[in-house]
Amino acid sequence: MATEILMPALSPTMEEGTLAKWLVKEGDTVASGDILAEIETDKAVMEFEAVDEGVIGKILIPEGTEGVKVNTAIAIIGGEGEDMSAAPTIETSAAESPAVPAPAPAAPPTTPVAFEPAGPDAPDGTGMTPATVREALRDAMAEEMRRDETVCLMGEEVAEYQGAYKVSQGLLDEFGAKRVIDTPITEHGFAGIGVGAAFGGLRPIVEFMTFNFAMQAMDQIINSAAKTLYMSGGQMSVPVVFRGPNGAAARVAAQHSQDYAAWYSHVPGLKVAMPYSAADAKGLLKTAIRDPNPVIFLENEILYGRSFDVPVLEDFTIPFGKARIWREGTDVTLVSFGIGMHYALEAADTLAEEDISAEVIDLRTLRPIDYSTVIASVMKTNRCVTIEEGFPVCAVGNHLSAYIMTHAFDYLDAPVLNCTGKDVPMPYAANLEKLALVTTEEVIDAVKQVTYR
Amino acid sequence: MAARNTTTKSAAKPGVSAEDLLKHYHDMLLIRRFEEKAGQLYGMGLIGGFCHLYIGQEAVVVGLEATAGEGDKRVTSYRDHGHMLACGMDPKGVMAELTGREGGYSKGKGGSMHMFSKRKHFYGGHGIVGAQVPIGAGLAFADKYLGNDRVTFTYFGDGAANQGQVYETYNMAELWMLPVIFVIENNQYAMGTSTRRSTMSPSYWERGAAYGIPGEEVDGMDVLAVKGAGEKAVAHCRAGKGPYILEIKTYRYRGHSMSDPAKYRTREEVQKVREERDAIQHVRELLLTGQHAGEDDLKAIDKKIKEIVNEAAEFSKASPEPEASELWSDIWASA
Repeated sequence: MATEILMPALSPTMEEGTLAKWLVKEGDTVASGDILAEIETDKAVMEFEAVDEGVIGKILIPEGTEGVKVNTAIAIIGGEGEDMSAAPTIETSAAESPAVPAPAPAAPPTTPVAFEPAGPDAPDGTGMTPATVREALRDAMAEEMRRDETVCLMGEEVAEYQGAYKVSQGLLDEFGAKRVIDTPITEHGFAGIGVGAAFGGLRPIVEFMTFNFAMQAMDQIINSAAKTLYMSGGQMSVPVVFRGPNGAAARVAAQHSQDYAAWYSHVPGLKVAMPYSAADAKGLLKTAIRDPNPVIFLENEILYGRSFDVPVLEDFTIPFGKARIWREGTDVTLVSFGIGMHYALEAADTLAEEDISAEVIDLRTLRPIDYSTVIASVMKTNRCVTIEEGFPVCAVGNHLSAYIMTHAFDYLDAPVLNCTGKDVPMPYAANLEKLALVTTEEVIDAVKQVTYR
Repeated sequence: MAARNTTTKSAAKPGVSAEDLLKHYHDMLLIRRFEEKAGQLYGMGLIGGFCHLYIGQEAVVVGLEATAGEGDKRVTSYRDHGHMLACGMDPKGVMAELTGREGGYSKGKGGSMHMFSKRKHFYGGHGIVGAQVPIGAGLAFADKYLGNDRVTFTYFGDGAANQGQVYETYNMAELWMLPVIFVIENNQYAMGTSTRRSTMSPSYWERGAAYGIPGEEVDGMDVLAVKGAGEKAVAHCRAGKGPYILEIKTYRYRGHSMSDPAKYRTREEVQKVREERDAIQHVRELLLTGQHAGEDDLKAIDKKIKEIVNEAAEFSKASPEPEASELWSDIWASA
C-alpha cells in the first residue's frame, strides 16, 4: 500500500523549507527511524526520519528544491516487493511544489513591504535592497562587531549552532569563539556575567533564546543593569543589549508565548526597542549596541523570515524615541509596534476600501517613546486605536490612552480603544490560539467604533 | 569552625614586616571605628534604611586587599563599607552616602548598600543576595577578553552561597577560565539562620570541586592567614588557571542590620569570639609581642583613626542633601 511522505514542519513557524539532500534513493528499503533526507528550515538543517517501513517508490521532489511547502508530498513509500516505478505522481499536492530545483535564491517568503512613505531614516535617493528581519539583525551585529572590538555576543546556541533561530549565522566564523560565545543554559548566571562584563568595559550583546527565558534573569536585568547608573550617582553605565524573540510564535503555548513589551517599558533605566520591519531591526539594533545604557531589544520569531526593503547605506542607524509613520491618514490614528504593526497595516488597507483613512504609527521604541508624533496625529484625526499582542491589563496601549487623555483630551472625538491579546495564558489549540491573539478584524471593529461607523 | 592558628604560628611567618602589620592594624581599626560611628549616626537618625555593619569581619577584606594589585577589581554585597575603606575609598564620601548627602559616592542616591568607585575599581555594593557573583565573573570575563592580567575579588556570604546563580557562575567561570576569586565570607549566619539550619554541606568551598575549582578554608580572624591564602589565589588567577574559592571563616559581632535584635544566638557566643578570637586584638598582640610597636605607637594610630572617622562624620552631617533636580539625573547615560 503506497503512502505519501509529506514535507514535515520541523519548527513551530516553518511554512516551507528546502529539500537539501536525499539520503535514500528510489528502490531503497527503509525502516522506521532511518534518515530519509536533510531538510533546511528557517532555523537549521534537520534530518528527517522515516516513520513507516517500506521501499522508496518514487522521489517526487528532487534534492536542492527550495520553497517546498509543508505537507507537500515529497516521495512515495510502498510495501516490500511492491513495484512503485509506475506509481503516479500525486497531482493535487505535487502541483503546488516547484518541479525543478530553483537555480536562483528563493523569493522572500512574503512580498517585500515597500519602504514607503520614505521616512527621514535614510536620505532621499538611498537605494533599497530586500532583506529578512533575521538577516538585518545579523548584519547589524556583524557591522558593529567590525566597528568595535569590545562588542561580543553571548547566549545559548549563538556560536556553533549559528543561533537557535539562525540570527547569528556566520558570526562565529567571522569573529571567532572569543567574541561569539556559547553559554550553558543558565540565563540568570550569564545575564549577570553580561552585566559585569559591561561594568568592566565591554559592550556585550546577550541573546535570550526567547524572552520567556529572560524571566530567570529578571533580577540581573532590572536590579543590576537598569538601576546601577542611578544608584552610582552617574558613575557606572551598563552598555549591554539583551535581545531575542519575544511574544507568541506559533503553537508553543503559554510558557513560550508572552509579550514582555509592557513589563520592560515599566522600568526606568532601561531602553526598550521593538522593531517591526527589517530596516528598523537593523538601524535600531546598531543604535542599541552603541548606546551606553542597558537596552531590551524585543524581536519576533514570526517576523524573522519576513522581507522588507532595507536602505543600502554603509552605516544605517535609527535613533531611539522616533516613531515612523507608515501611512498617513485623516480619520483615525492607529498606534502599534512590533508584530502589532502587521495587524495595524492590514486593517488600514481594509479600512481604506471603506473610505476610512487611517494613519498608522509604528512606535519602534517604547523607552523612550515618541509621544509627540502620537499626539500630533491624534490632534489631526481626533481618534486613536492602539494595537499590541500583550495582555490587556497595564498594557502599553493603556499608558498611551492615559497620555493622550492628559495631553489631547479636547481633541478626542471618541475614547481611545486598546486592541490587545486576551487576558488568558496562551492556549495550545490552534483555534484557541487564534482567539487569544489580537486580530485584524478586532482592529477594524475598534476603528469603526471610534469613527461611529 | 577549624581551630584557630595560634598567634605564635602567624607571627613566625616569614616576610611579615612591622610596616605590613602596622598597616593591617590601621586598616582594620579604621573599619571598626568607622562602623561604630555609623552605628552611632544610625541611632541618631542620621542614617536611614538598612545599614549592615562589618564589625568582626575586618581581617577578611584587609588581608585580601593586601594582595591586590593596581587595576584589580572587587565587588561585594550590601555589607560593603569595609570593602570600600580597605580599597582606599574616602571615608568622607562613604559616610556622606550613608547619610544620604550630596557628598556621598553616589550623590546620596545609592545609600549604604549601593556605592561604586570606578577609580578604585570598586564595582558595588549590591543589595540582592548573590547578584554580585555573576557580576564579578563578568568583570573577570572583561579582563580576560581585554587581555590583561587583572583579577576580580568577588565577595559573598554564607547565605548567598546557597543561591543558584552562584553555581551557574562557578560553572561558567571554570569553563572559561575566568580570573575571579570567589571569597565566601562565612560569618555563620545568613541574617538569622545559622549555617547549621540552612546548609547540608557546611563546607562551602568544597562545592567548587564539582566544577573543578580549587579552594580552601581560611581562618578569617587571622589577617596573615587571609593574606597568605589570598596570595595563593591571586597567583592562581593571574597565571591564567581560572577561578579560585576562598571560604573565610569569620564572625559578625553586630546584628545582620541595625534593626536585627540577634535573638538567634546567645550574648555569650558573641562575647566569647570577641574576647578570644578578635582579629584586631590578634594583630595588636603580634605588634606588641614582636616588639614591632609600643603602646604609644598604637595609641597614636588609634588617635589618628579617631580623627579620620570624626572628620568623616562631620562631613557627612555638613554635606547638603542632594538638589531636588538630582531626582531626574543619572537615569540614562548620554552617549
